[in-house]
Amino acid sequence: MRDTLTSLRYRYWPDHLLGEILSKRWTETAIPVILLLIVGLALSRSIDNFLSPASLADTARQAGEIGFIALGLALVVIVGGIDLSVGSIFALTDFCALYLLDVLDWPVPAVVAATLLCGALLGAVNGVLIGYLRLRAFITTLITLIIYRSAYDLLIQRYSNAIASAFPDIPSWDFIGGGSVFGIPTVALVYIVVAIVGHIFMTRLRPGWHITAIGGSRRSAYNSGIPVRRTIALCYVASGVLTSIGALFFASRLGTVGGDIGVGLEVIVLTATVLGGITLGGGKGSVAKSAVGVLIVLLITNGLTTMNARGGVNRMALAGILLVAAMVDIRWQKNRTRIISKVYVAPTYHALPPPPPTEIGQGGPFEQNDKLRNVESIGLGRIEAPEDVILDRHDNLYAGSRHGDIMRFLAPDYQKMEVFAHIGGQPLGMAFDREDNLYVCIGGMGLYRITPDGTVEKATDETNRSMRSVNDDSRLRLADDLDITDDGLIFFSEATVRYEMDEWPIDGLEARGNGRIISYDTKTGVTRTELRGLKFPNGICVASDGQSILFAETFGCSIKRYWFAGPKKGKVEVVMDNLPGYPDNINLASDGNYWLALVGMRSPSLDLAWKMPGFRRRMGKRVPVDEWLFPNINTGCVVKFNEQGKIVESFWDLRGENHPMITSMREHRGYLYLGGILNNRIGRYKLDNADPNFVQYDKRWGKQS
Amino acid sequence: MKRFRFNQQEIVFAVFALLFLVFSIFLRGFLTADNMLTLLQNVAVLGILGLAMAIVVIGRGIDISLIAALAVPPGLVLQMVQNGHSLPASLLTAVLLTIAFGLVNGWLIAYAEVPSLFATLATGLLLAGLGQAALFQLDVVQWSPGMDGFERLGQGTVLGIPTSIWMFAIACIVVAFLLRKTRWGAYIYAIGDNPYAARVTGIPARPIIVLQYVITALIGCFAGLVMAASVNSMPTRVFNSTLIYDVILVVVLGGIGLSGGRGGVLNVVIGTLVIGTMLNGMTIMDISYAGQNLIKGVVLLLAVITDSFLNPRNEETAQQGDI
Repeated sequence: MRDTLTSLRYRYWPDHLLGEILSKRWTETAIPVILLLIVGLALSRSIDNFLSPASLADTARQAGEIGFIALGLALVVIVGGIDLSVGSIFALTDFCALYLLDVLDWPVPAVVAATLLCGALLGAVNGVLIGYLRLRAFITTLITLIIYRSAYDLLIQRYSNAIASAFPDIPSWDFIGGGSVFGIPTVALVYIVVAIVGHIFMTRLRPGWHITAIGGSRRSAYNSGIPVRRTIALCYVASGVLTSIGALFFASRLGTVGGDIGVGLEVIVLTATVLGGITLGGGKGSVAKSAVGVLIVLLITNGLTTMNARGGVNRMALAGILLVAAMVDIRWQKNRTRIISKVYVAPTYHALPPPPPTEIGQGGPFEQNDKLRNVESIGLGRIEAPEDVILDRHDNLYAGSRHGDIMRFLAPDYQKMEVFAHIGGQPLGMAFDREDNLYVCIGGMGLYRITPDGTVEKATDETNRSMRSVNDDSRLRLADDLDITDDGLIFFSEATVRYEMDEWPIDGLEARGNGRIISYDTKTGVTRTELRGLKFPNGICVASDGQSILFAETFGCSIKRYWFAGPKKGKVEVVMDNLPGYPDNINLASDGNYWLALVGMRSPSLDLAWKMPGFRRRMGKRVPVDEWLFPNINTGCVVKFNEQGKIVESFWDLRGENHPMITSMREHRGYLYLGGILNNRIGRYKLDNADPNFVQYDKRWGKQS
Repeated sequence: MKRFRFNQQEIVFAVFALLFLVFSIFLRGFLTADNMLTLLQNVAVLGILGLAMAIVVIGRGIDISLIAALAVPPGLVLQMVQNGHSLPASLLTAVLLTIAFGLVNGWLIAYAEVPSLFATLATGLLLAGLGQAALFQLDVVQWSPGMDGFERLGQGTVLGIPTSIWMFAIACIVVAFLLRKTRWGAYIYAIGDNPYAARVTGIPARPIIVLQYVITALIGCFAGLVMAASVNSMPTRVFNSTLIYDVILVVVLGGIGLSGGRGGVLNVVIGTLVIGTMLNGMTIMDISYAGQNLIKGVVLLLAVITDSFLNPRNEETAQQGDI
């Protein structure tokens, strides 16, 4: 009863989604957006007319002006600095625009150009000091804040009357300040355009990537040849220009040069930036985050003002939000990977009946023997991690190695070893096609093809993205084993879509069906996911009817058959289940049966743990990785089975010295060649009563002279 | 070359002597007993604040919220006495508020790991906003009869020297003792020099950092009391002024590098004298407030640039996000 409940709970409750969602980068933008919605909803319920068009247009105008400044600050923060002088630059450029327009009577385009230039120059002072002289950004911009502010104070003492008494009546100037297109204020429109351009700049263009790289790690950016100092300086210039754009709109809207313009603006903008989720210290941030932050801050301050809060309350609210946001951001950035790695592993319920006996004297098809005791070794100490082995029709022996090579042992004595091809990832399952091309599954890379002359070509490394998956499952993470049908359709297994190759034991800890079987059509080049939700699918072999494949589910401890053509197309049937060990590769035997490698034997402790997902979750959180309960892959065996699911014969090695671990086996001319992913050798075993002329290539593709 | 390698302390002292000499010769009314008294009085509060700032700067931090600690708790004392509470009770409340404030600062910086500039910028706003919104009825909190006797903290003379100067002197001695003679003083230098090394050697870095900010806030509060006593009121809008930059100027000009681990009380005294002379001279020259700020800003900028050459940032221990 309890087991049933547990199994239902783990079948229908998607535990794995939390970790997958958290590891998405967009969650960091989603949180401020949710906050924005909450704030907007709360305020619209407590304040009348909060969502009226007039009120919204007013908010949009303010948001546009502040938004420009926030964009500039975002840029500076992403590059790893900070700009506190924006408030003073805002005031000075506001003055500059109004002075040129009202006192000097410049035409509007010239005023705009000169104001932008003024902003650029003021920003350039910061840029030179921080970028080139490498001063501390915070203290430097704090000082330029005072200098600019006192310069502004001195200037308005002289000119404020002249500016206040002028009433420019220029339509284009008024349009900048108060105009709107289709009801959307000019400033908001311009902001949207600038924001979109900024987004493309930051995410798609080289300089934008340089900025993020410098913020992420200044020294690494320098070492990789990015002009660090110039880029930083230019960011401050850009901040000055963007601030002056905001000031232009402000000047044309209000046309005043009051003493308190821009005072404390830096705190508002900084709060918006941090609240939007742009990380202090650099390297992370986006235009969208900046915009969301501005909206939240504006809604809150406007809301407080509407509710007649005292000046101090407003200040406290801003400071409080700023502190909390900074704290959350800093803690999150620091612990992000740790939190994700803790919640990412989501074990599920996996019940297996007690395994069939294997002990000597107990009988049964799996009864242990010592047939493999005297296996010969090939390439002892010269090859590492041959997961799969295969022989071509000229009797040469191929095996993958941990170093990313396909090694070839030359017939007839297999003493001479050469690098057949270098791929770069760990080769796993292998198969020859009709044209003698060697198809190899490469863990972490995908499906590759090696032509007879040793040229490496990529066959496929992605499949169709499934709509219901949170993780991007279009890339192949762990292509494992393959076989090729008569029509040139390659079926290969991908053991897990949630983990990398070196993390396969964690997938075993989860015991969820994370794997899938994918087909690749050599004629059309189309890759398609055929089956999903398999528990670590591994070995694949085309069955005798040519319309189905046999595949092994390692952590499912079962062999299944999948029809890809014919009357039973699309059906999956269980051939064998409840194996005493974890099945790995499947290959043809000369007598029409199939060879199957059991990479390790089940243990009562892990079988029990698989029924206790909560226990495994706690283990994953509290115990160091190297002390987890893992699927045991020390001892294994080779069995021969038929399509009816009957074990014909089994081969054990009680001593485990000559060939300790078996992940694959291949029959060839009366011998069985053994591979093991943790081994430093290839095993060779003389089969009794086997066809001495059996060659897999000839059997599959016909004998060639 | 070696002949010209003065340390910053000597350079600044020479600048001070030069300024003093030039002002004495060219500025009418500079070298009078009255003016000297004003100069020293004005300088006293700044000097005490400089000492407070020095402690955190030596520990590789900075405290922008110092002016809030100067304005709000002493303002609270005046306000409470005005509202009829007794002086000791008011003082105790103010000290508790200050300690709480210092703890918040310290916790944010040491435990939440918010950069000190950033944390104190925000907490300063928070405390000032609290004062504005909840504690004070007017921006300038007036002296009330219940405070009688307390003004001696900032007014009058002892042995012919104004009390505020004595207060500065006492503060100097206390801080010098803390920094030079106690164990946690040595810890502050160690943390400022290399926080990671300090932590690895077993220094309780986080509690010490919290302690720094508590002590700094307390000294700031003390400076505020002296200030209130000397002008018989607490103008809480001082928070909006540029006083904090003067304090940073004192510390940086005096030769306490912003990268931490260096300097002491003597540096603060020298820095205070230079700034005091400069401000006083500018006031006599009748330069406007904005003009004075402009000059101060430029001088501070030059000082920071010089500091960055004399005490370059230690890139090995500089943190990501250490802006």
